[in-house]
Amino acid sequence: MSEYNRVVIPIGPQHPSLKEPGCFTVTLDGEKIVDVVVGIGYNHRGLEKACESRNYIQIIYLLERICGICSHTHTTAFCQGVEELAGISIPRRAAYIRVIVAEIERLHSHLLWLGVAAHEIGFDTMFMYAWRDREAVLDILAAVGGNRVNYGINTIGGVRRDIDDSLRQDILKMTDALQEQVKYYQELALTETTLAARLAGIGKLSGEDALKYGAVGPVIRASGIDFDIRAVDPYAVYAEIPFKVITDTHADVFGRTVVRILELLESIEIIRFCIKNMPDGDIVTKAPRRIPAGEVISRTEAPRGEDIHYIRSNGTERPDRVRVRAPSEANWHAMRHMLLGQYLADAPITIAAIDPCFSCTDRAIVINSGRETELMDWPRLRQYSIDWYKKRGIDVASIKIPERRMYF
Amino acid sequence: MILGLLKIIVFPGFMFLTVYGLLFEYLDRKVHARLQNRIGPPWYQPLADFLKLIGKETIIPADANKTIFQILPVVSLAAVAAAFVYVPVFGKASIASFQGDLIVVLYFLSIPTMCLFLAGWYSRSVYSTLGSVRTLTQMFAYEVPLFMALLAPALIAKTWSVTGMTAFYAEHPLYILINIPAFIVALIAGQGKLERVPFDTPEAETEIVAGPLVEYSGRLLALFRIAVDCELVMVASLVSAIFLPFMTGHAILDFILYLVKTVAVLLFLALMRSVMARLRVEQMVHFCWKYLTPIAILQIIVNLLVRGGLGL
Repeated sequence: MSEYNRVVIPIGPQHPSLKEPGCFTVTLDGEKIVDVVVGIGYNHRGLEKACESRNYIQIIYLLERICGICSHTHTTAFCQGVEELAGISIPRRAAYIRVIVAEIERLHSHLLWLGVAAHEIGFDTMFMYAWRDREAVLDILAAVGGNRVNYGINTIGGVRRDIDDSLRQDILKMTDALQEQVKYYQELALTETTLAARLAGIGKLSGEDALKYGAVGPVIRASGIDFDIRAVDPYAVYAEIPFKVITDTHADVFGRTVVRILELLESIEIIRFCIKNMPDGDIVTKAPRRIPAGEVISRTEAPRGEDIHYIRSNGTERPDRVRVRAPSEANWHAMRHMLLGQYLADAPITIAAIDPCFSCTDRAIVINSGRETELMDWPRLRQYSIDWYKKRGIDVASIKIPERRMYF
Repeated sequence: MILGLLKIIVFPGFMFLTVYGLLFEYLDRKVHARLQNRIGPPWYQPLADFLKLIGKETIIPADANKTIFQILPVVSLAAVAAAFVYVPVFGKASIASFQGDLIVVLYFLSIPTMCLFLAGWYSRSVYSTLGSVRTLTQMFAYEVPLFMALLAPALIAKTWSVTGMTAFYAEHPLYILINIPAFIVALIAGQGKLERVPFDTPEAETEIVAGPLVEYSGRLLALFRIAVDCELVMVASLVSAIFLPFMTGHAILDFILYLVKTVAVLLFLALMRSVMARLRVEQMVHFCWKYLTPIAILQIIVNLLVRGGLGL
């Protein structure tokens, strides 16, 4: 095939298969992908910078909103890090509650993924089924934290909400019902021929390559490497919980599907264990407002993989620097490798198979000013943006914000 | 003359076809939704969608060929409506029939697919171009088994007219049993013709947005949508006329039977759509040539033997 047959197709930033903005510029030779440029960075919100001007309690609420799906894992990582800096240990009951909520969150995230993946390959019935079952999980999360995705469970020194007996019964009831469904999905994924035809052999990533590109979470576990922060570097009470690290040797999208489905079953077991063995006691200890100077790296296993938070404190009530390495950020690097040589029809499911979270990923943009890069503080960055618009004939300062309307 | 015109335009011709098409879309969506554990749309939803689209602005891409862009939906709908004339709906006979109208019907049924291809091609958008190429690729895959499956029963009936075949099989209902493989091939290939899951690669939403129709909007899209609905009715009617030709001889009873048969075919198509994932275009081509075409060829050989053996 010659160069003339090549077509360049943009998948995104606006595309029905992407729920968030990201641009994959795909060069096609017929239906085969010969080149890909992964373009991310449409979702930058300056969260890390915003952290530096807020105190530690406020930051929790900010970081909870990094990701719409795995909100709990980010606050867990952050709180863990701050607790380590402050030298406080949380009550055991609080640690158990953190694990329970984290695992329920994993249930809801993996079910969401299962639905999205099914939709990407045109299997809408499974999409609807998975999301129907996810509703039950979200109801439990709402009962635990009062909200469907941002539950606000974590605080520095423990958790804010207790899980009482009636709630524990509800959770057990939900897991029982869900287990049946997940077993059905497991059977479906392993036996349904059109599903296997669309998933097997797609997005190949060998264990060696997975390590080279630094993949994390279900992606690396589907390549046969048992890398799971819950087992490698146990936090909260994971060291006490007996659980298997799910791996698979398919090293493709099918393997990632199997890993996620089996992880659902494993999470259910973890939740049951925690509910049974939850000790009585306080759920929070007192934490100081000012955190002693120092730096720390805190890791958690988010539904999508390893989540790293770096916190540097300068002894005041605001951190000097907060850096979040969300799991999707680590998984992007292998994307080009996975897409090359595939059919265009498989691109959406390959992209979806890492369970990408664009808003998790997009954390920083580099302003290329020509010769040198510079660090800007908040007021200067603000001024920069005002000037940027002024240069283009828009005077932001002149825009009058209408007075807030009163409804009462 | 006037009665003939009325038949073609009102009943059982064009008007009936469009109304039944909208009803079919409703049934299809409702069944699909119920199978997915959803509630599904109310009965008037397809009509409401149609009316809403009619009222929307029609945007024609600057690069597109305006005339062709506007003509294609009309041609597509007209072709389906013309094909419908040769299928018996009310009573034993269709509105018009002649020796060989089966070929004409198949020819008319190919036109909407070609229109879809041209629509995508003339839209000058990457998504639609890719969708067009897929439409055409897919057409070469299902067209052969579909035609052979529909022509095989004609060998036994010794007539190439849809009405004639219906009449023959209505008299000899047991011969239908011989045609069961062809019936299955026709249903599956028909699903490909209608571009529904698992053969909806040309308009795969998550890959190429909406395929050939990506640039269509407003009235033109509404016409295309109704053409697709009518095509659904047409395929169901054709398949049930050839493979399920049970007749009572009473026109109104036969009409009710016609409704029952076509709805049964639709239910099967909706079930197929609900329980499968979308195949890749090359998987679809493999499937059609590896499995459907050999079965259809086998059916033709069997039918030739039966015809010779029974001395028909």
